[in-house]
Parts: sequence; C-alpha cells; structure tokens
Amino acid sequence: MSDWSKVQLHVVTGKGGTGKSTVASALALALAHKGKNVLLCEVEGRQGIARMFDVDPLPYGERRLTTGLPDADGGRGVVYALHIDAESALLEYLSMYYRLGRAGRALDRFGVIEFATTIAPGVRDVLLSGKVYEAVQRNSRNKGAIDYDAVVLDAPPTGRIAQFINVGGEVGGLAKVGPIKTQSDTMMKLFQSPQTAVHLVTLLEEMPVQETIDGIAELKKDRLPVGGVVVNMVRPRDLTADALAAARAGTLDRGAIEAEVKAAGIEVTPTLVDDLLLEAREHAERRALEDEQREVVRGLGVPTYELPRMTGGVDLGALYEFAGLLREQGMA
Amino acid sequence: MARRTTEHQTRVGPTSPSGRRAGPLDVDAMLADRRTGIIVCCGSGGVGKTTTSAALALRAAEQGRNVVVLTIDPARRLAQSMGIEALDNTPRPVTGVVPSSGGEAGRLDAMMLDMKRTFDEVVESQASPEKAQQILANPFYIALSSSFAGTQEYMAMEKLGQIHRDAKKTGTYDLIVVDTPPSRSALDFLDAPERLSSFLDGRFVRLMMAPARGPAKLMTAGFSLITNSLTKILGAQFLKDLQTFVTALDTVFGGFRQRAQQTYSLLQADGTAFLVVAAPEPDALREAAYFVERLSEDGMPLAGLIVNRASPAPESKLAAEEALAGARRLQGDGSGSVAAALLRLHADQVRLVERERELRDRFATAHPQVPTAVVPALPGDVHDLDGLRQIGDLLADSASAG
Ligand SMILES: Nc1ncnc2c1ncn2[C@@H]1O[C@H](COP(=O)(O)OP(=O)(O)OP(=O)(O)O)[C@@H](O)[C@H]1O
Ligand SMILES: Nc1ncnc2c1ncn2[C@@H]1O[C@H](COP(=O)(O)OP(=O)(O)O)[C@@H](O)[C@H]1O
Ligand SMILES: [Mg+2]
Ligand SMILES: [Mg+2]
Repeated sequence: MSDWSKVQLHVVTGKGGTGKSTVASALALALAHKGKNVLLCEVEGRQGIARMFDVDPLPYGERRLTTGLPDADGGRGVVYALHIDAESALLEYLSMYYRLGRAGRALDRFGVIEFATTIAPGVRDVLLSGKVYEAVQRNSRNKGAIDYDAVVLDAPPTGRIAQFINVGGEVGGLAKVGPIKTQSDTMMKLFQSPQTAVHLVTLLEEMPVQETIDGIAELKKDRLPVGGVVVNMVRPRDLTADALAAARAGTLDRGAIEAEVKAAGIEVTPTLVDDLLLEAREHAERRALEDEQREVVRGLGVPTYELPRMTGGVDLGALYEFAGLLREQGMA
Repeated sequence: MARRTTEHQTRVGPTSPSGRRAGPLDVDAMLADRRTGIIVCCGSGGVGKTTTSAALALRAAEQGRNVVVLTIDPARRLAQSMGIEALDNTPRPVTGVVPSSGGEAGRLDAMMLDMKRTFDEVVESQASPEKAQQILANPFYIALSSSFAGTQEYMAMEKLGQIHRDAKKTGTYDLIVVDTPPSRSALDFLDAPERLSSFLDGRFVRLMMAPARGPAKLMTAGFSLITNSLTKILGAQFLKDLQTFVTALDTVFGGFRQRAQQTYSLLQADGTAFLVVAAPEPDALREAAYFVERLSEDGMPLAGLIVNRASPAPESKLAAEEALAGARRLQGDGSGSVAAALLRLHADQVRLVERERELRDRFATAHPQVPTAVVPALPGDVHDLDGLRQIGDLLADSASAG
C-alpha cells in the first residue's frame, strides 16, 4: 500500500538543482503499476524530460514516453509525457472556452498572447497550472483524451511553488468577476484537496533543508497539501557510528586496516592507507553534517524517502533503480 | 542590447585563432592588477557563485584593495557572518578583515541585493511622488518588479551601475565584485536587459501606449475587438490597470533602457573580469560553455573558469574495480568490515574524480583558451570568514598546482 494512494496529482518541488526532475521522473515510473496510466508534466520550457529519457524534444501534446517499473508479477503500466508551454496553453484555453473567432486571431496578431504569457500578473502560472488541472480532471470538451490514474508535475522550485499553484489569490483577485475567477476557484479546490500532494526534494545540506522548511511553512499557510520529503544524493551509510567518530578524530586503527586490506588481496602501500584514512575522515565530516540535517528533516513530521548519490551520474537505468527504491519505501 | 565584437580583447572559445591550452587561472595576479575594477561571477544555480564572490572580495581586501561585494542570495549563516542579513540595499562594512602579509588591509563592504527595492527606488527617482505611488501600487508593476523573468538580473546590473558611478565620484572602492542571481542559465544575466527592452518594445505594449501618446489613430477595429474580448475574459479593471501601467512605462522606463545600455558597455570594458563558476557536472559545464561562447560573441572580457566543489583526487593508484573486488572479498564473511567500507568509499571517490576529469577535459578541448582554477569541495559548508579565506587560498593554490 502506498502512502499516497488517494493522490492523483503529485507536485514535485525543491531547491534548484536538488533533483526535482530526477525525482519526478522516477516517481512517474514507480506509480505506473500494471494497468495504470501516468502522466509526467514539465512546465519550465527546458525539455528536461526529453533529455532524461533520451527522446526527441516533446511537443505540446501528450506522448507515450515509456513503460513503468515492472510489478512483482512483471506487469507494467504506461508513462506519458507532456511539455506545457504558456502560449500553447492560452490558445488551447481560449478555443476551449470562448468562441472568440476573429478576436482570437487578433489577440495573437497584436501580441496579446505574447504579452499575457510574459507579464500579466499570474497569467502565465494560471495557464500552466490550468493545463495540469485539465490533465487531472479531464474536461469534457477535450474529446478522446486519456484518463490518467496519476499526474506527476516536475514543478518550479520551492521559492515559486506557492505562487505557481496558488492561482486563486492573484488572478482571481485581479479579475474579480468573470469566467477566469470561477476557473481559478475550481482549480484551487483540486490543489487544496487530498487528491494533491506537494513533495519536496532536498539534499542533506544547510541551504536546501532551510528552503524545505520555508517551503513547507508557505504551503501550510496557503493550505496546500504537503506531501513527502525526498532526500536525494544521500552518501553511503555503511560505517558504524563508532567508526565514523574514530575516522573524524583520526583514531581509526591503521594497523587493523592495513591487515584487512592485505587480506582483501590488495597490495598495501603507505600512500594507499593514507588515502583511505583521509577519505574516511572527509566522509565522516560530511556524514556528520548530513546526520545533523537528517534530524532536522525528521523533525518536520512528514514522510521522508531517501535516494543514494550515484557517483556515475543518473542514466535511464538509475531512474528505474530510483523508482524501485521509492516503491520499496512506500512512496508509490 | 547591441552585440559588439571588439578586436582588441582576448578572444576565447571555439573562435580563438590558436588551439593552445591556456594555463591555470592566476587569481592573485588578477586581484593585484589595479586595472581590474569589476569582477563578475556567473554560472548556473548552486555552483558556488556567491561563495566565490565573497571569497575573492575578502582576499582582495586583505591584500589591500578597497572592495565592495554585491551578493544576491547568500546562505543565511554566511550573510550573518558578513553582517549583511538585514536587507537594506546599502553596502555595510564587514568586520574581521585582516591584512594577509605584513601590508595593510583595504576595506571590505558587502551588501545583499533587494531586487524590488532597487526597482522601486528607480521609479521613485524618475517620477513625481504622486505618480510614483500610482505606479508602485499597480498590479502589473508589482508583477514586473517581483516576478518577471530577468528582473533580478536586471536589477543586479542597475545596482552595479549605481555603485560604479558612486565609487567613481567618491573613490570609495577600487574593486567591485558582483555575484549574479541564481538563475538556471548563466546567460540570463546577459540577456535580462535585452529581454526587458524587447518586452517594453512589444507590439501590444506599443499599441496600448498609442492612445496615451496622442490621437487615437491606432484604435482600429482590430484593437477594439481585442479590448472587448479582454474585458470579457478579465473584466474592466484589468484593462484600466493595464492602461495605467503602460502609460507609466512610457514616462518612467525610457531612462531605464539607456542606463542598462551604459552598464552593458561597462561590462564590455577592459577593467571588467568575468569569472564563470561551474560545478564539475554535465549541466553546469554545458551552461559554462554556452556562457563562454556568448562572452566572446559580445566582446566581453573573460578571465577564466572556476570549477568549484571538485572531488579531491587520491594519491594512490588503486583502481575503483580493484577496490570493489577487495571489498567484496572482505565482506565474504558477512561482518561489517571497516576496511571494506573504506575500499568502497575509495572506489566512489576514484569514479567521481575520473568522471569529473573527463568532463573538464571535454570542456578544455572545446574551449582551450580559458584559464581554469579547480577548487576542491570542502567537507562542510562555507559560512564564515575563515571558510571564505580557505576558499580564497584554494583558488590561488590552483594556479601554483597547475
Ligand atoms: N541521486 C543522484 N545521484 C547522482 N546524481 C544525481 C542524483 N539526483 C540527481 N542527480 C543529478 O543532479 C543534477 C540535477 O538534477 P535535476 O536536473 O533532477 O535537478 P532539478 O532540481 O530538476 O534541477 P533544476 O532546478 O535545474 O530543474 C542532474 O545532473 C542529475 O543527473
Ligand atoms: N568549495 C566548496 N566546498 C564546500 N562547500 C561549498 C563550496 N563552494 C560552495 N559551497 C557551498 O555550496 C552551497 C551553495 O553555494 P553558493 O555560493 O550559495 O552557490 P550559488 O551562489 O552559485 O547558488 C553553500 O552552502 C556553500 O557553502
Ligand atoms: Mg529540473
Ligand atoms: Mg548565490
């Protein structure tokens, strides 16, 4: 049983560069159990999904991306991908809701679409999150569209997330009447409901953890549902607390290590042992900081999941491996 | 912004005439050179721009220069230890600066940029108090000044221009070190003024401005069709706010563009040194490569690349596979062997170092003329002057280590 089985919309945020795109992708793979359709969305115009999965740049339209992580019995679901850009979303929105006819074309010709999507307060965000909303609660006007069991959003970073989904406030306030207000009110209903979970990705470092704390506070203030915290790039944890303390204090038993390394069939040189001890010390210092931050993350009182740091970088295989780890830990 | 290529500057990047590799980046020579008046640290987010800027500024001050560092988003503890956690948009003296070698220390001031405040101040200086109030309260202005992509970059340039003008007048500083905003692309810093200008010159903005400027010649049938549908979708208040905003653009922001142009030329001048900071990771180095190419296109003086948070290379030659095989042999008996764990750590380290070296080599092959400094990752965060000094030493060491 997953921790989020009632959730239809998984929003993945976090500090820049902590692994939002990586985690969103792995989560989509993990959620795609047998018979399920999962949609992975990106909204920042960077074609990050295409790069990660090594496919051609994605258009504004849902594409079959890959199959999910196999279940125990080998069955697997399907992952689709969607790259949402504000201009296409606005044009789609206008044609879906307003029969503007000539005016619609004029809007484009006079640069209104361009203007609206670059500056008008919150308009860009409402368009992007509006399309995400549409993918979750399919619009009857969108004939033949796939019904997804889950939608995963590779979202903007923590600093901008509340603004990104808390569209009710800004745009609703600006257009106090009219259809946009009604529209953004319905969207808020979904975003603030238990069908949504906003997950935060962090590293065990001071700045990202601080951003996670601030992010959670802001989500709570806006009554947006806080999901789990995914702790990414965790260093290996196979040294005991005692060994770590000794490594830091420089009191690891040099003789014992020499003997063991020799027993492992490796030629022992003083340089090698120096290296091992130095590496152990730096690792232990890093680990001490990580453990400190891990305690802080624990104190947040939300479910946490951990993914290891891959020294070789993240390729497709690593994404599936991460998906497996997220499933094991109950995130999907 | 006009792109200009000047012949007298050092050309770097793929267009450079010779394929010879540049040596290491000599940071101390750069800081000692009195002609260096501005140092700009660029790079994608999280790579260490703020840390590097602060470390360079401190080192320069301790070597006797009078320095101001303009930081954007320092980590909280770093801001505290530099005494700039209060965002008041004015440089404050940093305490604890000590002369590095017998000589006399210069002065070090630091400030943290308040983007919105900088923007507001410009508006206040350009418009009558009444008009300024009207603009500051306009929802479109609020959006532009707080969330328009590029505003932060643009305001960093604005502030740099201000500080530079003041420093020239009063002689307070002889070196300005600039940190850049945490954008995902280093190019955003150079593109921001252009983006803002092209927004202000956009078709729709010009159209909305036309009625304010005189006879409503442009109130064509097409235009009223637009205003009608905007009113239908967004309500009448929306259009009114928009009109106010656009009118303000006309009166207030004309001067903006001109100043941005001046700051841009300042960046192209010889007294400026760009440093590109990157982590030894594919994304960050790709961004660094774009940036290096762009600098050379725009005739901007690139001083070098700083590869920050590199994994320190082991001295011994034990290969990763061998270390792992050894660890497996030790683990055969199932006990938690310390040596096995250390061998695995060693294998990780070797792999990281190899991967990073390969990435750096690839960069150097494509951009052979970029002097480079490699700064190892410290085990802990950098959050006080001692930490900054350590980074400064490592930056300078990189030159002697080759
Ligand atoms: N567990 C991991 N181990 C090793 N490398 C990782 C891990 N997770 C992510 N990375 C790498 O870190 C880099 C940043 O990851 P990613 O692009 O997912 O972050 P992001 O938060 O989406 O970044 P941005 O804020 O730029 O969108 C990538 O090169 C990715 O491959
Ligand atoms: N060489 C280094 N070793 C260890 N930590 C570092 C190093 N350089 C930067 N850091 C840490 O990395 C984090 C991000 O650095 P920062 O300078 O704020 O990046 P940026 O300004 O590019 O976003 C900070 O916590 C900083 O202390
Ligand atoms: Mg991303
Ligand atoms: Mg920074």
